[in-house]
Amino acid sequence: MSRLFKITTVIAIVTLVFTSCDKTKRNLQYMPDMYQSVSGEPYEESDVFTNGIEAQQPVVGSISRGHIPYEYPDTNEGYEDAKMNLKSPLTAEDFDSNKEAQLFEIYCAVCHGKKGDGQGELVKREKFLGIPNYKDRDITEGSIYHVIMHGKNMMGSHASQLTEKERWLITKHVQELRNNLLK
Amino acid sequence: MKIVKLHRKLSSVLKLSLALFFSFSLSLSAQDKPSDEQVKAGKALFNMHCASCHKLDKKSTGPALGNVAERRDMDWLKAWIKNNNELRASGDADAKAIYEEFGGVAMSVFEFLSDEQIEDIIAYTTVGDVKKAGAATAVQAVEAESTPSQVLPMIATIVVTLVLLALIGWVFLKSNNGFLKIFATIILVFLGVYFGFTALMSVGVDEGYQPVQPIAFSHKIHAGDNKIDCQYCHSSAKHSKTSGIPSVNVCMNCHKNISEVAEDTKIETKGKAYLDKEIQKVYEAAGWDSENLKYTGETKPVKWVRIHNLPDFAYFNHSQHVTVAGVKCQKCHGPVEEMDELYQYAPLTMGWCIECHKETEVNIAGNGYYKKIHEQLSQKYGVDKVTIAQLGGKECGKCHY
Repeated sequence: MSRLFKITTVIAIVTLVFTSCDKTKRNLQYMPDMYQSVSGEPYEESDVFTNGIEAQQPVVGSISRGHIPYEYPDTNEGYEDAKMNLKSPLTAEDFDSNKEAQLFEIYCAVCHGKKGDGQGELVKREKFLGIPNYKDRDITEGSIYHVIMHGKNMMGSHASQLTEKERWLITKHVQELRNNLLK
Repeated sequence: MKIVKLHRKLSSVLKLSLALFFSFSLSLSAQDKPSDEQVKAGKALFNMHCASCHKLDKKSTGPALGNVAERRDMDWLKAWIKNNNELRASGDADAKAIYEEFGGVAMSVFEFLSDEQIEDIIAYTTVGDVKKAGAATAVQAVEAESTPSQVLPMIATIVVTLVLLALIGWVFLKSNNGFLKIFATIILVFLGVYFGFTALMSVGVDEGYQPVQPIAFSHKIHAGDNKIDCQYCHSSAKHSKTSGIPSVNVCMNCHKNISEVAEDTKIETKGKAYLDKEIQKVYEAAGWDSENLKYTGETKPVKWVRIHNLPDFAYFNHSQHVTVAGVKCQKCHGPVEEMDELYQYAPLTMGWCIECHKETEVNIAGNGYYKKIHEQLSQKYGVDKVTIAQLGGKECGKCHY
Protein backbone atom coordinates (compact mmCIF):
# COMPACT_ATOMS: atom_id res chain seq x y z
CA MET A 1 0.00 0.00 0.00
CA SER A 2 2.67 2.46 1.06
CA ARG A 3 4.77 1.56 -1.99
CA LEU A 4 1.80 2.20 -4.30
CA PHE A 5 1.09 5.51 -2.55
CA LYS A 6 4.72 6.54 -2.92
CA ILE A 7 4.87 5.76 -6.63
CA THR A 8 1.59 7.52 -7.47
CA THR A 9 2.61 10.65 -5.55
CA VAL A 10 5.92 10.89 -7.42
CA ILE A 11 4.25 10.32 -10.79
CA ALA A 12 1.52 12.86 -10.00
CA ILE A 13 4.02 15.53 -8.98
CA VAL A 14 6.29 14.89 -11.97
CA THR A 15 3.37 15.12 -14.42
CA LEU A 16 2.17 18.28 -12.67
CA VAL A 17 5.62 19.85 -13.05
CA PHE A 18 5.76 18.93 -16.74
CA THR A 19 2.23 19.93 -17.68
CA SER A 20 2.51 23.31 -15.95
CA CYS A 21 5.53 24.04 -18.20
CA ASP A 22 3.50 23.66 -21.40
CA LYS A 23 3.48 27.20 -22.75
CA THR A 24 1.38 26.33 -25.78
CA LYS A 25 -1.78 25.80 -23.72
CA ARG A 26 -3.95 28.40 -22.02
CA ASN A 27 -4.36 28.21 -18.29
CA LEU A 28 -7.44 26.82 -16.56
CA GLN A 29 -10.42 29.21 -16.59
CA TYR A 30 -12.85 29.36 -13.68
CA MET A 31 -16.43 29.80 -14.92
CA PRO A 32 -15.52 30.19 -18.62
CA ASP A 33 -19.00 31.60 -19.39
CA MET A 34 -17.73 34.89 -18.03
CA TYR A 35 -14.55 34.73 -20.12
CA GLN A 36 -15.79 33.71 -23.52
CA SER A 37 -18.01 36.02 -25.47
CA VAL A 38 -21.38 34.76 -26.65
CA SER A 39 -21.36 37.22 -29.51
CA GLY A 40 -18.72 36.92 -32.24
CA GLU A 41 -15.16 38.07 -31.57
CA PRO A 42 -13.09 39.61 -34.39
CA TYR A 43 -11.59 37.15 -36.91
CA GLU A 44 -13.35 34.17 -35.39
CA GLU A 45 -14.19 30.95 -37.14
CA SER A 46 -17.94 30.90 -37.47
CA ASP A 47 -20.72 28.74 -38.87
CA VAL A 48 -22.86 31.78 -39.65
CA PHE A 49 -21.38 32.15 -43.14
CA THR A 50 -20.79 29.35 -45.58
CA ASN A 51 -17.01 29.84 -45.83
CA GLY A 52 -16.60 29.49 -42.06
CA ILE A 53 -15.05 32.93 -41.56
CA GLU A 54 -16.59 35.65 -39.44
CA ALA A 55 -14.83 38.57 -41.17
CA GLN A 56 -16.60 39.04 -44.50
CA GLN A 57 -16.18 41.28 -47.52
CA PRO A 58 -18.95 43.86 -47.94
CA VAL A 59 -21.82 42.59 -50.06
CA VAL A 60 -21.22 43.34 -53.75
CA GLY A 61 -22.79 46.66 -54.66
CA SER A 62 -23.15 47.89 -51.06
CA ILE A 63 -21.27 50.86 -49.70
CA SER A 64 -20.35 51.08 -46.03
CA ARG A 65 -20.99 54.31 -44.14
CA GLY A 66 -18.45 56.99 -44.93
CA HIS A 67 -16.85 55.05 -47.78
CA ILE A 68 -16.39 56.94 -51.01
CA PRO A 69 -15.87 54.73 -54.06
CA TYR A 70 -12.69 55.31 -56.05
CA GLU A 71 -13.44 55.40 -59.71
CA TYR A 72 -10.06 55.42 -61.44
CA PRO A 73 -9.29 51.86 -62.61
CA ASP A 74 -5.97 50.09 -61.91
CA THR A 75 -4.63 50.42 -65.48
CA ASN A 76 -2.06 52.57 -67.29
CA GLU A 77 -4.94 54.75 -68.57
CA GLY A 78 -6.46 55.02 -65.09
CA TYR A 79 -3.07 56.16 -63.78
CA GLU A 80 -2.71 58.85 -66.47
CA ASP A 81 -6.30 59.96 -65.90
CA ALA A 82 -5.80 60.27 -62.11
CA LYS A 83 -2.47 62.03 -62.66
CA MET A 84 -4.18 64.72 -64.76
CA ASN A 85 -7.59 65.06 -63.11
CA LEU A 86 -7.67 63.79 -59.52
CA LYS A 87 -7.48 66.58 -56.93
CA SER A 88 -7.33 66.46 -53.13
CA PRO A 89 -10.64 67.16 -51.36
CA LEU A 90 -8.83 68.31 -48.21
CA THR A 91 -8.70 71.97 -47.21
CA ALA A 92 -6.03 73.83 -45.25
CA GLU A 93 -7.78 73.07 -41.93
CA ASP A 94 -7.41 69.34 -42.45
CA PHE A 95 -3.63 69.47 -42.59
CA ASP A 96 -1.40 68.88 -39.62
CA SER A 97 2.22 68.40 -40.58
CA ASN A 98 2.98 66.29 -37.47
CA LYS A 99 0.20 63.88 -38.28
CA GLU A 100 1.24 63.66 -41.93
CA ALA A 101 4.87 62.97 -41.07
CA GLN A 102 3.82 60.39 -38.49
CA LEU A 103 1.65 58.50 -40.98
CA PHE A 104 4.37 58.68 -43.63
CA GLU A 105 6.92 57.26 -41.19
CA ILE A 106 4.68 54.33 -40.30
CA TYR A 107 3.44 53.36 -43.76
CA CYS A 108 6.00 54.64 -46.29
CA ALA A 109 9.38 55.47 -44.75
CA VAL A 110 10.48 51.86 -44.26
CA CYS A 111 11.05 51.71 -48.05
CA HIS A 112 10.94 55.30 -49.31
CA GLY A 113 13.06 56.75 -46.49
CA LYS A 114 12.07 59.53 -44.10
CA LYS A 115 13.10 62.14 -46.66
CA GLY A 116 11.56 60.35 -49.62
CA ASP A 117 14.98 59.75 -51.16
CA GLY A 118 14.39 56.01 -51.59
CA GLN A 119 16.80 55.12 -48.77
CA GLY A 120 14.52 53.42 -46.26
CA GLU A 121 15.60 50.78 -43.78
CA LEU A 122 14.61 47.90 -46.08
CA VAL A 123 16.62 49.43 -48.93
CA LYS A 124 19.69 49.97 -46.73
CA ARG A 125 19.51 46.34 -45.63
CA GLU A 126 19.11 45.28 -49.29
CA LYS A 127 15.78 43.56 -48.64
CA PHE A 128 13.76 45.66 -51.05
CA LEU A 129 15.61 47.36 -53.87
CA GLY A 130 14.95 49.85 -56.61
CA ILE A 131 12.92 52.37 -54.61
CA PRO A 132 13.08 55.60 -56.61
CA ASN A 133 13.91 59.00 -55.21
CA TYR A 134 10.76 61.14 -55.39
CA LYS A 135 12.64 63.84 -57.28
CA ASP A 136 13.37 61.42 -60.15
CA ARG A 137 9.69 60.79 -60.78
CA ASP A 138 7.17 63.03 -62.46
CA ILE A 139 4.29 62.73 -59.98
CA THR A 140 1.23 64.81 -59.13
CA GLU A 141 -1.14 64.64 -56.16
CA GLY A 142 -3.52 62.59 -58.28
CA SER A 143 -0.88 60.05 -59.28
CA ILE A 144 0.45 59.77 -55.71
CA TYR A 145 -3.04 59.04 -54.38
CA HIS A 146 -3.69 56.59 -57.22
CA VAL A 147 -0.52 54.64 -56.40
CA ILE A 148 -1.34 54.48 -52.65
CA MET A 149 -4.79 53.25 -53.65
CA HIS A 150 -3.85 50.62 -56.25
CA GLY A 151 -0.09 50.16 -55.88
CA LYS A 152 2.27 50.19 -58.85
CA ASN A 153 4.72 47.56 -60.08
CA MET A 154 6.22 46.02 -56.92
CA MET A 155 4.45 48.38 -54.51
CA GLY A 156 1.21 46.90 -53.24
CA SER A 157 -2.04 48.70 -52.55
CA HIS A 158 -2.06 50.40 -49.15
CA ALA A 159 -5.79 51.15 -49.28
CA SER A 160 -6.67 48.57 -46.64
CA GLN A 161 -4.33 50.09 -44.06
CA LEU A 162 -5.36 53.74 -44.45
CA THR A 163 -8.58 55.73 -44.52
CA GLU A 164 -9.34 58.09 -47.38
CA LYS A 165 -8.34 61.14 -45.33
CA GLU A 166 -5.09 59.52 -44.23
CA ARG A 167 -4.21 58.72 -47.85
CA TRP A 168 -4.66 62.36 -48.78
CA LEU A 169 -2.59 63.51 -45.79
CA ILE A 170 0.23 61.23 -46.90
CA THR A 171 -0.13 62.50 -50.46
CA LYS A 172 0.39 66.04 -49.15
CA HIS A 173 3.51 64.94 -47.26
CA VAL A 174 4.97 63.19 -50.33
CA GLN A 175 4.52 66.39 -52.32
CA GLU A 176 6.28 68.38 -49.60
CA LEU A 177 9.16 65.92 -49.45
CA ARG A 178 9.49 66.00 -53.25
CA ASN A 179 9.59 69.79 -53.25
CA ASN A 180 12.30 69.71 -50.58
CA LEU A 181 14.33 67.20 -52.63
CA LEU A 182 13.97 69.27 -55.80
CA LYS A 183 15.35 72.41 -54.13
CA MET B 1 76.29 24.90 -82.07
CA LYS B 2 73.32 22.70 -82.73
CA ILE B 3 72.17 23.05 -79.14
CA VAL B 4 72.36 26.85 -79.22
CA LYS B 5 70.25 26.95 -82.39
CA LEU B 6 67.64 24.76 -80.83
CA HIS B 7 67.65 26.97 -77.76
CA ARG B 8 67.08 30.11 -79.84
CA LYS B 9 64.26 28.46 -81.70
CA LEU B 10 62.63 27.36 -78.50
CA SER B 11 62.91 30.75 -76.85
CA SER B 12 61.42 32.50 -79.88
CA VAL B 13 58.49 30.06 -79.89
CA LEU B 14 58.02 30.67 -76.19
CA LYS B 15 58.11 34.43 -76.66
CA LEU B 16 55.59 34.23 -79.45
CA SER B 17 53.21 32.01 -77.50
CA LEU B 18 53.55 34.21 -74.41
CA ALA B 19 52.74 37.30 -76.45
CA LEU B 20 49.79 35.52 -78.01
CA PHE B 21 48.58 34.34 -74.61
CA PHE B 22 48.77 37.81 -73.09
CA SER B 23 47.07 39.54 -75.99
CA PHE B 24 44.34 36.91 -75.86
CA SER B 25 43.79 37.14 -72.16
CA LEU B 26 43.86 40.95 -72.34
CA SER B 27 41.18 40.98 -74.98
CA LEU B 28 39.21 38.51 -72.87
CA SER B 29 39.31 40.75 -69.84
CA ALA B 30 38.36 43.79 -71.89
CA GLN B 31 35.28 42.22 -73.42
CA ASP B 32 33.92 39.38 -71.33
CA LYS B 33 35.30 40.06 -67.90
CA PRO B 34 34.37 43.53 -66.71
CA SER B 35 36.47 45.16 -64.01
CA ASP B 36 35.42 45.02 -60.37
CA GLU B 37 34.77 48.78 -60.26
CA GLN B 38 32.48 48.50 -63.25
CA VAL B 39 30.49 45.69 -61.63
CA LYS B 40 30.30 47.57 -58.33
CA ALA B 41 29.04 50.74 -60.00
CA GLY B 42 26.65 48.64 -62.05
CA LYS B 43 25.28 46.96 -58.95
CA ALA B 44 24.61 50.29 -57.25
CA LEU B 45 22.81 51.58 -60.35
CA PHE B 46 20.90 48.33 -60.78
CA ASN B 47 19.72 48.37 -57.17
CA MET B 48 18.65 51.99 -57.43
CA HIS B 49 16.87 52.00 -60.77
CA CYS B 50 16.15 48.46 -61.94
CA ALA B 51 15.74 46.16 -58.92
CA SER B 52 12.19 47.22 -58.08
CA CYS B 53 11.00 45.47 -61.25
CA HIS B 54 13.85 43.16 -62.29
CA LYS B 55 15.74 40.37 -60.61
CA LEU B 56 18.79 38.58 -61.97
CA ASP B 57 17.62 35.01 -61.59
CA LYS B 58 13.83 35.14 -61.84
CA LYS B 59 10.92 36.96 -63.38
CA SER B 60 9.49 39.93 -61.50
CA THR B 61 7.40 42.80 -62.87
CA GLY B 62 9.82 42.64 -65.81
CA PRO B 63 11.98 39.81 -67.21
CA ALA B 64 14.98 38.28 -65.41
CA LEU B 65 18.12 40.18 -66.40
CA GLY B 66 20.93 37.73 -65.57
CA ASN B 67 23.19 37.39 -68.66
CA VAL B 68 20.86 39.62 -70.67
CA ALA B 69 23.87 40.56 -72.86
CA GLU B 70 23.82 37.06 -74.33
CA ARG B 71 20.24 37.45 -75.48
CA ARG B 72 20.17 41.06 -76.68
CA ASP B 73 22.42 43.36 -78.66
CA MET B 74 24.10 46.12 -76.60
CA ASP B 75 22.78 48.92 -78.85
CA TRP B 76 19.25 47.56 -78.61
CA LEU B 77 19.56 47.43 -74.82
CA LYS B 78 20.74 51.03 -74.66
CA ALA B 79 17.89 52.23 -76.87
CA TRP B 80 15.33 50.24 -74.85
CA ILE B 81 16.56 51.35 -71.43
CA LYS B 82 16.79 55.01 -72.39
CA ASN B 83 13.36 55.25 -73.91
CA ASN B 84 11.40 52.08 -74.48
CA ASN B 85 8.34 54.03 -75.64
CA GLU B 86 10.25 55.49 -78.59
CA LEU B 87 11.73 52.12 -79.49
CA ARG B 88 8.30 50.54 -79.53
CA ALA B 89 6.88 53.43 -81.54
CA SER B 90 9.66 52.97 -84.11
CA GLY B 91 8.18 49.56 -84.89
CA ASP B 92 10.92 47.36 -83.39
CA ALA B 93 9.45 43.82 -83.34
CA ASP B 94 11.51 42.60 -80.31
CA ALA B 95 10.46 45.62 -78.28
CA LYS B 96 6.80 45.09 -79.02
CA ALA B 97 7.05 41.37 -78.26
CA ILE B 98 8.58 41.84 -74.79
CA TYR B 99 6.05 44.58 -73.96
CA GLU B 100 3.19 42.23 -74.80
CA GLU B 101 4.78 39.30 -72.96
CA PHE B 102 4.73 41.25 -69.70
CA GLY B 103 1.12 42.32 -70.00
CA GLY B 104 1.64 45.85 -71.29
CA VAL B 105 3.22 47.20 -68.10
CA ALA B 106 5.05 50.33 -69.17
CA MET B 107 8.71 50.48 -68.11
CA SER B 108 9.93 53.84 -66.83
CA VAL B 109 12.06 55.98 -69.13
CA PHE B 110 15.73 56.25 -68.11
CA GLU B 111 17.02 59.01 -70.41
CA PHE B 112 19.30 60.31 -67.67
CA LEU B 113 21.50 57.19 -67.74
CA SER B 114 24.69 57.56 -69.81
CA ASP B 115 26.04 54.86 -72.18
CA GLU B 116 28.81 54.01 -69.67
CA GLN B 117 26.30 53.66 -66.85
CA ILE B 118 24.19 51.28 -68.93
CA GLU B 119 27.33 49.27 -69.77
CA ASP B 120 28.11 49.07 -66.05
CA ILE B 121 24.61 47.79 -65.33
CA ILE B 122 24.87 45.16 -68.07
CA ALA B 123 28.32 44.18 -66.72
CA TYR B 124 26.69 43.58 -63.32
CA THR B 125 23.93 41.45 -64.84
CA THR B 126 26.62 39.32 -66.52
CA VAL B 127 28.81 38.79 -63.46
CA GLY B 128 26.06 38.69 -60.82
CA ASP B 129 26.46 38.56 -57.07
CA VAL B 130 29.33 36.86 -55.34
CA LYS B 131 27.96 34.40 -52.81
CA LYS B 132 29.06 34.98 -49.26
CA ALA B 133 30.90 32.01 -47.78
CA GLY B 134 30.58 30.96 -44.17
CA ALA B 135 26.92 31.85 -43.62
CA ALA B 136 25.93 28.23 -43.11
CA THR B 137 28.68 27.56 -40.58
CA ALA B 138 27.67 30.60 -38.53
CA VAL B 139 24.16 29.20 -38.13
CA GLN B 140 25.50 25.90 -36.88
CA ALA B 141 27.70 27.59 -34.29
CA VAL B 142 24.72 29.45 -32.83
CA GLU B 143 22.75 26.23 -32.73
CA ALA B 144 25.34 24.59 -30.49
CA GLU B 145 25.51 27.59 -28.13
CA SER B 146 21.83 28.20 -27.46
CA THR B 147 20.74 24.80 -26.14
CA PRO B 148 22.34 24.41 -22.68
CA SER B 149 21.29 27.83 -21.33
CA GLN B 150 17.60 26.94 -21.66
CA VAL B 151 17.65 23.31 -20.56
CA LEU B 152 20.02 23.55 -17.54
CA PRO B 153 17.78 25.54 -15.12
CA MET B 154 14.84 23.27 -15.87
CA ILE B 155 16.85 20.11 -15.18
CA ALA B 156 18.22 21.68 -11.97
CA THR B 157 14.70 22.50 -10.72
CA ILE B 158 13.47 19.00 -11.41
CA VAL B 159 16.48 17.40 -9.70
CA VAL B 160 16.14 19.61 -6.59
CA THR B 161 12.40 18.89 -6.33
CA LEU B 162 12.95 15.15 -6.70
CA VAL B 163 15.73 15.10 -4.08
CA LEU B 164 13.55 17.07 -1.64
CA LEU B 165 10.59 14.76 -2.20
CA ALA B 166 12.82 11.69 -1.81
CA LEU B 167 14.12 13.06 1.53
CA ILE B 168 10.61 13.73 2.83
CA GLY B 169 9.49 10.31 1.64
CA TRP B 170 12.43 8.70 3.42
CA VAL B 171 11.60 10.56 6.65
CA PHE B 172 8.00 9.32 6.60
CA LEU B 173 8.62 5.76 5.54
CA LYS B 174 11.98 4.76 6.96
CA SER B 175 12.90 7.09 9.82
CA ASN B 176 11.73 6.69 13.44
CA ASN B 177 12.77 10.20 14.49
CA GLY B 178 9.63 12.06 15.72
CA PHE B 179 11.13 15.54 15.38
CA LEU B 180 12.08 14.93 11.73
CA LYS B 181 8.55 13.73 10.99
CA ILE B 182 6.99 16.90 12.43
CA PHE B 183 9.52 19.02 10.58
CA ALA B 184 8.81 17.21 7.30
CA THR B 185 5.05 17.66 7.82
CA ILE B 186 5.48 21.41 8.32
CA ILE B 187 7.57 21.63 5.15
CA LEU B 188 4.97 19.62 3.25
CA VAL B 189 2.17 21.91 4.46
CA PHE B 190 4.10 25.04 3.48
CA LEU B 191 4.93 23.62 0.07
CA GLY B 192 1.31 22.58 -0.41
CA VAL B 193 -0.01 26.03 0.54
CA TYR B 194 2.57 27.80 -1.62
CA PHE B 195 1.99 25.71 -4.74
CA GLY B 196 -1.75 25.54 -4.18
CA PHE B 197 -2.03 29.31 -3.80
CA THR B 198 0.16 29.96 -6.87
CA ALA B 199 -1.95 27.54 -8.87
CA LEU B 200 -5.21 29.23 -7.80
CA MET B 201 -3.86 32.72 -8.50
CA SER B 202 -2.89 31.73 -12.03
CA VAL B 203 -6.41 30.60 -12.94
CA GLY B 204 -7.44 32.57 -16.01
CA VAL B 205 -4.01 34.23 -16.29
CA ASP B 206 -2.08 33.33 -19.42
CA GLU B 207 1.22 35.11 -18.87
CA GLY B 208 3.86 33.44 -21.01
CA TYR B 209 1.28 31.79 -23.28
CA GLN B 210 3.08 30.92 -26.50
CA PRO B 211 0.95 28.83 -28.85
CA VAL B 212 2.30 27.29 -32.04
CA GLN B 213 1.29 29.54 -34.95
CA PRO B 214 0.43 28.23 -38.43
CA ILE B 215 3.23 30.31 -39.97
CA ALA B 216 6.55 30.76 -38.14
CA PHE B 217 6.33 34.54 -38.34
CA SER B 218 9.16 36.28 -36.51
CA HIS B 219 8.43 39.71 -35.03
CA LYS B 220 12.17 40.01 -34.43
CA ILE B 221 12.98 39.86 -38.14
CA HIS B 222 10.16 42.20 -39.17
CA ALA B 223 9.83 44.75 -36.37
CA GLY B 224 13.30 44.38 -34.84
CA ASP B 225 15.83 43.88 -37.62
CA ASN B 226 13.93 45.56 -40.44
CA LYS B 227 12.31 48.23 -38.24
CA ILE B 228 8.84 47.98 -39.76
CA ASP B 229 6.49 49.98 -37.55
CA CYS B 230 4.00 47.93 -35.50
CA GLN B 231 1.12 49.91 -36.97
CA TYR B 232 2.17 49.16 -40.55
CA CYS B 233 0.67 45.71 -40.15
CA HIS B 234 -1.59 46.27 -37.14
CA SER B 235 -3.19 49.19 -38.90
CA SER B 236 -6.54 49.19 -37.14
CA ALA B 237 -5.00 49.84 -33.69
CA LYS B 238 -5.21 53.57 -34.33
CA HIS B 239 -8.98 53.64 -34.98
CA SER B 240 -10.48 50.54 -33.49
CA LYS B 241 -11.05 48.35 -30.46
CA THR B 242 -8.79 45.61 -31.81
CA SER B 243 -5.29 46.12 -33.14
CA GLY B 244 -6.09 43.92 -36.11
CA ILE B 245 -4.34 40.86 -37.42
CA PRO B 246 -3.08 41.85 -40.86
CA SER B 247 -4.73 40.17 -43.81
CA VAL B 248 -2.29 38.54 -46.23
CA ASN B 249 -2.54 41.41 -48.72
CA VAL B 250 -0.45 43.39 -46.23
CA CYS B 251 2.16 40.59 -46.16
CA MET B 252 2.14 40.66 -49.96
CA ASN B 253 3.01 44.38 -50.02
CA CYS B 254 6.57 43.25 -49.36
CA HIS B 255 6.54 39.52 -50.03
CA LYS B 256 5.39 39.92 -53.62
CA ASN B 257 9.00 40.99 -54.08
CA ILE B 258 10.71 39.09 -51.26
CA SER B 259 10.12 35.43 -52.08
CA GLU B 260 13.04 34.08 -50.08
CA VAL B 261 15.02 35.17 -47.05
CA ALA B 262 18.67 36.21 -47.10
CA GLU B 263 21.39 33.57 -46.57
CA ASP B 264 22.06 34.54 -42.96
CA THR B 265 18.44 34.99 -41.78
CA LYS B 266 17.40 32.59 -39.07
CA ILE B 267 14.88 31.97 -36.32
CA GLU B 268 16.64 30.39 -33.35
CA THR B 269 18.15 27.31 -34.97
CA LYS B 270 16.13 27.30 -38.16
CA GLY B 271 17.76 28.74 -41.24
CA LYS B 272 16.94 29.71 -44.80
CA ALA B 273 15.60 26.36 -46.01
CA TYR B 274 12.94 26.35 -43.29
CA LEU B 275 11.99 30.03 -43.55
CA ASP B 276 11.58 30.00 -47.35
CA LYS B 277 8.84 27.40 -46.89
CA GLU B 278 7.07 29.73 -44.46
CA ILE B 279 6.96 32.46 -47.15
CA GLN B 280 5.45 29.86 -49.49
CA LYS B 281 2.63 29.44 -46.94
CA VAL B 282 1.85 33.15 -47.29
CA TYR B 283 1.73 32.72 -51.09
CA GLU B 284 -0.62 29.79 -50.69
CA ALA B 285 -2.94 31.79 -48.44
CA ALA B 286 -2.91 34.80 -50.77
CA GLY B 287 -3.33 32.66 -53.85
CA TRP B 288 -0.13 34.03 -55.39
CA ASP B 289 1.40 32.08 -58.22
CA SER B 290 5.08 32.87 -57.74
CA GLU B 291 6.05 31.27 -61.08
CA ASN B 292 3.83 33.45 -63.25
CA LEU B 293 3.55 36.34 -60.75
CA LYS B 294 -0.23 36.39 -60.79
CA TYR B 295 -3.00 36.00 -58.24
CA THR B 296 -4.95 32.82 -58.89
CA GLY B 297 -7.97 33.94 -56.86
CA GLU B 298 -7.86 30.79 -54.76
CA THR B 299 -7.30 32.17 -51.29
CA LYS B 300 -7.50 30.46 -47.94
CA PRO B 301 -7.41 32.03 -44.48
CA VAL B 302 -4.41 31.71 -42.19
CA LYS B 303 -5.62 30.34 -38.85
CA TRP B 304 -3.50 32.46 -36.50
CA VAL B 305 -3.90 31.61 -32.83
CA ARG B 306 -4.93 34.59 -30.74
CA ILE B 307 -2.60 35.16 -27.79
CA HIS B 308 -3.77 38.31 -25.99
CA ASN B 309 -7.39 37.84 -25.12
CA LEU B 310 -9.16 39.72 -22.34
CA PRO B 311 -12.14 38.01 -20.72
CA ASP B 312 -15.51 39.04 -22.07
CA PHE B 313 -16.38 40.96 -18.90
CA ALA B 314 -13.57 43.50 -19.39
CA TYR B 315 -13.69 46.19 -22.08
CA PHE B 316 -10.47 47.34 -23.69
CA ASN B 317 -10.01 49.66 -26.63
CA HIS B 318 -6.74 49.93 -28.58
CA SER B 319 -7.42 53.31 -30.21
CA GLN B 320 -7.94 54.91 -26.80
CA HIS B 321 -4.51 53.75 -25.67
CA VAL B 322 -2.56 54.04 -28.95
CA THR B 323 -3.98 57.21 -30.49
CA VAL B 324 -5.32 59.22 -27.55
CA ALA B 325 -2.81 58.30 -24.84
CA GLY B 326 0.12 57.56 -27.17
CA VAL B 327 1.14 54.49 -25.17
CA LYS B 328 3.94 52.51 -26.80
CA CYS B 329 2.87 49.01 -27.90
CA GLN B 330 5.79 47.54 -25.91
CA LYS B 331 4.36 48.89 -22.63
CA CYS B 332 1.77 46.08 -22.62
CA HIS B 333 3.11 43.62 -25.19
CA GLY B 334 6.73 43.63 -24.02
CA PRO B 335 9.83 43.55 -26.24
CA VAL B 336 7.99 42.16 -29.26
CA GLU B 337 10.78 43.33 -31.55
CA GLU B 338 13.08 40.78 -29.86
CA MET B 339 10.65 37.85 -30.00
CA ASP B 340 11.11 35.27 -32.74
CA GLU B 341 8.04 33.52 -31.44
CA LEU B 342 5.45 35.74 -29.81
CA TYR B 343 4.30 35.13 -26.25
CA GLN B 344 2.07 36.96 -23.79
CA TYR B 345 4.36 39.29 -21.87
CA ALA B 346 1.97 40.88 -19.37
CA PRO B 347 -0.40 39.04 -17.02
CA LEU B 348 -3.36 41.16 -18.27
CA THR B 349 -4.92 41.02 -14.80
CA MET B 350 -7.00 43.85 -13.35
CA GLY B 351 -4.30 44.67 -10.80
CA TRP B 352 -1.85 45.12 -13.64
CA CYS B 353 -4.19 47.51 -15.51
CA ILE B 354 -4.87 49.57 -12.39
CA GLU B 355 -1.17 49.77 -11.54
CA CYS B 356 -0.49 51.54 -14.83
CA HIS B 357 -3.57 53.75 -14.54
CA LYS B 358 -2.36 54.94 -11.14
CA GLU B 359 1.13 55.77 -12.40
CA THR B 360 0.47 57.25 -15.80
CA GLU B 361 -0.04 60.99 -15.98
CA VAL B 362 -2.46 62.38 -18.53
CA ASN B 363 -0.91 64.51 -21.22
CA ILE B 364 -3.11 67.59 -20.97
CA ALA B 365 -0.92 69.95 -22.99
CA GLY B 366 -2.73 71.45 -25.97
CA ASN B 367 -6.04 69.84 -25.14
CA GLY B 368 -8.38 72.80 -24.76
CA TYR B 369 -11.50 70.70 -24.64
CA TYR B 370 -10.68 69.17 -21.25
CA LYS B 371 -8.81 72.17 -19.82
CA LYS B 372 -11.44 73.05 -17.23
CA ILE B 373 -11.95 69.56 -15.83
CA HIS B 374 -8.20 69.00 -15.66
CA GLU B 375 -7.77 72.19 -13.63
CA GLN B 376 -10.57 71.23 -11.26
CA LEU B 377 -9.20 67.73 -10.79
CA SER B 378 -5.65 68.89 -10.13
CA GLN B 379 -7.02 71.31 -7.50
CA LYS B 380 -9.12 68.58 -5.91
CA TYR B 381 -6.17 66.19 -5.57
CA GLY B 382 -3.61 68.93 -5.00
CA VAL B 383 -1.29 67.77 -7.79
CA ASP B 384 0.20 69.37 -10.91
CA LYS B 385 -0.48 66.47 -13.19
CA VAL B 386 -3.56 64.31 -13.12
CA THR B 387 -3.14 60.56 -13.39
CA ILE B 388 -5.47 58.29 -15.35
CA ALA B 389 -6.86 56.89 -12.08
CA GLN B 390 -7.76 60.40 -10.86
CA LEU B 391 -9.48 61.04 -14.18
CA GLY B 392 -11.71 58.04 -13.56
CA GLY B 393 -9.50 55.22 -14.74
CA LYS B 394 -10.25 53.30 -11.56
CA GLU B 395 -14.03 53.41 -11.77
CA CYS B 396 -15.53 49.93 -12.23
CA GLY B 397 -17.97 51.02 -14.91
CA LYS B 398 -15.22 52.31 -17.20
CA CYS B 399 -14.19 48.77 -18.09
CA HIS B 400 -16.93 46.53 -16.72
CA TYR B 401 -20.42 47.10 -18.03
